[in-house]
Amino acid sequence: MNVLCLVELDDAGVTDASLRALTFARSLVTGTPGEPGAVTPDGASPVLAGVAFGPADRIPARLLGSYGVTEVYVVEPATLDGYAPQAWARTLEGLLSVTMAGAVVAAGTDCGSEVLAHLGALTGQPMAANCIAAAPAADGTLEVSRQRWAGLLIEDAILEGTPALLTVATDAVAPQPAVAVPGAEAAEPPVHVHEPDLDPADLRVQAALSASRDGGVSLASARVVVGGGRGVGGPDGFAPLEELASLLGGVVGVSRVVTSQGWRPHTQQVGQTGTKITPELYLACGISGAIQHMAGCASAKHIVVVNTDPSAPILSRADYAVIGDLAEVIPALVAALKERA
Amino acid sequence: MEIAVCVKRVPQVGGRIVVTPDGQDVDTRMSGFAISPHEECAVEEAVQITERLGGTVSVLTLGPAEAADQLRDALSLGAHRAVLLEDGGHAWGPAATAAAIVAEARRRAAQGPGYDLLLLGNEAADTGDYQVGVRVAHGLGWPCATGIKHLEISGDGVRARREYRGREETFEFGLPAVVTVKEGINLPRYPSLPGRLRAKRAAIEQYQPPWQPEGLRMRGLRVPDQPRHEATVLGTGTDAVPALIRLLDELGVLK
Repeated sequence: MNVLCLVELDDAGVTDASLRALTFARSLVTGTPGEPGAVTPDGASPVLAGVAFGPADRIPARLLGSYGVTEVYVVEPATLDGYAPQAWARTLEGLLSVTMAGAVVAAGTDCGSEVLAHLGALTGQPMAANCIAAAPAADGTLEVSRQRWAGLLIEDAILEGTPALLTVATDAVAPQPAVAVPGAEAAEPPVHVHEPDLDPADLRVQAALSASRDGGVSLASARVVVGGGRGVGGPDGFAPLEELASLLGGVVGVSRVVTSQGWRPHTQQVGQTGTKITPELYLACGISGAIQHMAGCASAKHIVVVNTDPSAPILSRADYAVIGDLAEVIPALVAALKERA
Repeated sequence: MEIAVCVKRVPQVGGRIVVTPDGQDVDTRMSGFAISPHEECAVEEAVQITERLGGTVSVLTLGPAEAADQLRDALSLGAHRAVLLEDGGHAWGPAATAAAIVAEARRRAAQGPGYDLLLLGNEAADTGDYQVGVRVAHGLGWPCATGIKHLEISGDGVRARREYRGREETFEFGLPAVVTVKEGINLPRYPSLPGRLRAKRAAIEQYQPPWQPEGLRMRGLRVPDQPRHEATVLGTGTDAVPALIRLLDELGVLK
């Protein structure tokens, strides 16, 4: 099956979420995750087309090639400057006939979800959000598994419709380059500058972008997150957590009760209605572990808990625990770390 | 300003989600129901807008007769009018749901002042389809912004902001429009006693829109395998600090 994949770019190149989406898209093309492109019955090699918006000279074609991309279509700023969800969807719609794509894939990010929702409306096709697996069935439909409840529940479903429209859960598929043919470098795919056929209405909603914020660590990508929950006790209790986070080069994340009480801003919330985090270490202090919170931190490599209650639900999902009052343990930890430095 | 807020009745799941024995639904025998969190903020936002600019907040839901509870919750928070679109026991997908909302907006416009602004949550807490608002906008031919955390309405224009990958995106467009919001756009108020009394007495408009099947068909639901284990206890109180530091060192997170 030929597949079209939306590739989101950032200052560093291709976003991590898009590399995951490409890995997923490649498994649809080849039928087997990680294998180089198979040959279709009519002898033509299947196409995995990456679609990106930005200057053509900034497209990391070799990297995309290593992920199995065979063609790159790029819409340059001279044609379409900045993010315009419906215009991006119209661009993908126009490329369907060019690439003979049977499926369109995007990362399950704010951008990817929104663009594919527009594409669903433009084409009149269903869209399956936050997929974790998809495989063609004999009757031409796709068998998909997708996240509900931010990943707390999996729905197995049949997706009908051509093209099949899917977004990929940002925490379910690991980014993985294609297995290279021994001795050969990944082919660098050709980059086609594409001029989409846009409708004036496609440009009614277009983003003006602020400057990137000053190099602070973001919650979504931090290596260490120090979490604070109801057990912190109030808005004044967060100073030791902030100090610990800064000593560990990380940031503070909080549970929903903390933001709904107005103790901390919502931008710090970890969970289903906040941010999904993927740190090396999540040090969760005074957090009981409601499932909506666990949906946001399930991808943490290691979870360490500081809690007064040894029967708190979070302990059954954690690797290590300190049973104690965070108001005593965290300042002691901060003092010991400072002494050590 | 005529605002319609679309809300969804979802189970209040606490400790864990349990699937019914036939694998077709979430077991809600032990749970209450509530408005999906993003939509609770959408109701608050609509009420705040009409408090500033005047107008009416209509709250819409598509669901079973019991979803009237969630409409009354919204009325107690300051919404003025409620419409229950009866689901007739069908499983409504996002396209059919959007079509029902579009039809309701047209029906309202035919009766008098139509909606200027439709507010929805960015995604429902349960099904998480991430598309109803966008499909509604296409059905009405209106502009749409999603995932909004800051909304300004002035005259006949919308200025909507959201944060994406550490940058702020600002969208400006005209009314009428569709905006989907996320929790964090505001802190929803608690219902007042007069609000509760008013909501209890309020009439709810009710009718059944036509259902249609769609191309994403659920076969079953399951709870994903979770690595469930007991945490290794490092110690109690401040006595555990040396062990905690050794662990942090092993994990390679000490600078």
